[in-house]
Amino acid sequence: MSVKMIDVLVIGAGPAGLAAAIEAAKLSASVIIADLNMKPGGQLFKQIHKFFGSSAHHSGSRGIDIGRMLLNEAEEAGVEIWLKSTVTGIFPGGKVSIEREYDDRDAELVTLHPKEVVIATGASENAIRFKNWTAPGVMGAGAAQTMVNVNHVRPGNKVVMLGSGNVGLIVSYQLMQAGCDVKALVEAAPKIGGYAVHAAKIRRAGVPILLRHTIIEAKTGQDGSVCGCVTAEVNEHFAPIPGTEETIDCDVITIAAGLKPTMDLIKLAGCELTYDALFGGYVPLHSEKMETSVRGIFVAGDSTGVEEANTALDEGRIAGISAAEGLGLISETEAADRRTEIWRRLDSLRMGPFGERRRTEKNHLIELYHESVKEQKAFA
Amino acid sequence: MDNRICEHVVLNVAPTGRSVTITVDGRQIEAYEGEPILAALLASGIRINRYTVKRHEPRGLFCGIGQCSDCSMVVDGKANVRTCITPVKEGMVIFTQDGLSEKKEAAS
Amino acid sequence: MSIAECGFLTYDELKEKQTLPSDARYSKGPVAVIECVQEIPCNPCEAACQFGAIHIGDPITSLPSLTAEKCVGCGVCVSRCPGLAIFVVNKSYTKDTATVSFPYEYEPVPKEGEVHKGLNRRGEPVCEGKIVKVLNPVSYDHTPVVTIEIPKQYADEVRSIERERGKGA
Repeated sequence: MSVKMIDVLVIGAGPAGLAAAIEAAKLSASVIIADLNMKPGGQLFKQIHKFFGSSAHHSGSRGIDIGRMLLNEAEEAGVEIWLKSTVTGIFPGGKVSIEREYDDRDAELVTLHPKEVVIATGASENAIRFKNWTAPGVMGAGAAQTMVNVNHVRPGNKVVMLGSGNVGLIVSYQLMQAGCDVKALVEAAPKIGGYAVHAAKIRRAGVPILLRHTIIEAKTGQDGSVCGCVTAEVNEHFAPIPGTEETIDCDVITIAAGLKPTMDLIKLAGCELTYDALFGGYVPLHSEKMETSVRGIFVAGDSTGVEEANTALDEGRIAGISAAEGLGLISETEAADRRTEIWRRLDSLRMGPFGERRRTEKNHLIELYHESVKEQKAFA
Repeated sequence: MDNRICEHVVLNVAPTGRSVTITVDGRQIEAYEGEPILAALLASGIRINRYTVKRHEPRGLFCGIGQCSDCSMVVDGKANVRTCITPVKEGMVIFTQDGLSEKKEAAS
Repeated sequence: MSIAECGFLTYDELKEKQTLPSDARYSKGPVAVIECVQEIPCNPCEAACQFGAIHIGDPITSLPSLTAEKCVGCGVCVSRCPGLAIFVVNKSYTKDTATVSFPYEYEPVPKEGEVHKGLNRRGEPVCEGKIVKVLNPVSYDHTPVVTIEIPKQYADEVRSIERERGKGA
């Protein structure tokens, strides 16, 4: 089997991966992005709302349009995107195996030998279990969002959303835009998790937000699929209070209970990890260059801790610049200057009552990296 | 029942693929070429894709991005096809999956 | 109760966190009302206003502030705010009526001349009103801005209209 040499392999064609690939390719690295999905863009093409952030992050543009801009930029920069391409192995010595599927012929296993790797594998949705949570009609909020915004099909008509973080609020709004009736948002905490402006949009549309409540059961019909939702109030330990049960008529229950960084490949590559509850689970230790404890392996976006698309874009840019620096395509001082500018932007995104903790935590992770990673492991 | 979105303030929801027919458990349904099989099924009100191996419990769309396999069905004779990431092709023959093969009542 | 606990702003909380137009400014015609009360990283409204009436500055998590005297009530910011949190209120539309312009991203988009129920911040219908203007140029990027004429006493309350729900839009 032939082994193809390239400068940079980026794993994941979401905002972080695309931004990394674009930066590295603009500095004339040869770049391939491998992504297991049918289409590039990660979750960007599901985001039909206008983004927050500053003008440097295309704020005010819709996620779908930012996705299109990035794909154009990637194409212009000469980035090659391999779709339906699943990275199945990262081996000592730096080889990476990829299973590529095609529309018109059998899948094949391809081996790449990249000099640097950027892992930007994103995150996956958490589930919350209640009676009959596996019934058809109970689904991740992201799944419902994919159906309405990408496939233009409603997963059902009457929805109860579990979780009032930004995902729960935004997806509820988008389900209404798709013509669904959102019956209620259910939130165990005593306050709304996401931005007030998102909450205001759905309250203004008449949707109640049931704080200090949870879902205890999905009611199922004869065919076993969802036909209702039983909620209950919770006490200060988040335990349901008997006698407070109420049934809501619905055919869809969507779960927006946060996300967890997708760590499979980062673990496989042998990167040092730490558990971080704020960022959603295990995350790789990384430097301000977004480099991990394995030399030549960089990380960016939600797989370094769950945040949002703007921070993913900027972390991706840093990873791309650093990868190019490792290849000698940009001087150390210039790379450092560009990183400083992006970090400043990232710091401003991570301010205010919602961002402050993430900024502190990110800095803490970088400190932890410098304390615990005395010598990087070799990759390539 | 038609769950397709036909107007949307933000999105252009006009179908991009050719209109084709696929067969699901012996019943013909309309679909658009290139859309995920699962989307065509939901559009027609079908939301059970498979039954589990041991307890024969129904499953349907859960993650929508090919990670959980709850939407697996038997497609053109092949079991365990994740319908949320498999595009529709003209004339596809699809069965609800029971365990690892097509559901008996469905097949007959 | 704060917006983080109930999801909607009370007028008292809004007054406390934002500088609202003065009665004198309201008497001169339409003016923006910014209902953004949380410090989130966001600043498109600042660039949206060609009259320099909205200021955020650095850091971008600062709350926007409106210089009501510079605001002409054009409504461009209403379409640009990603949080759909800006409205234009005209308290001197007629002797007895006011208008409220709000972003409305649902199908069917109402048409001029139609009568709709005006909803308050909790989504409760408080009055009926006539749609007097619907703007949705390309530059608004799919955020139609709808203006409804309502009895004057509801000008600080009405922020949307009842959606035709579950119609299979």
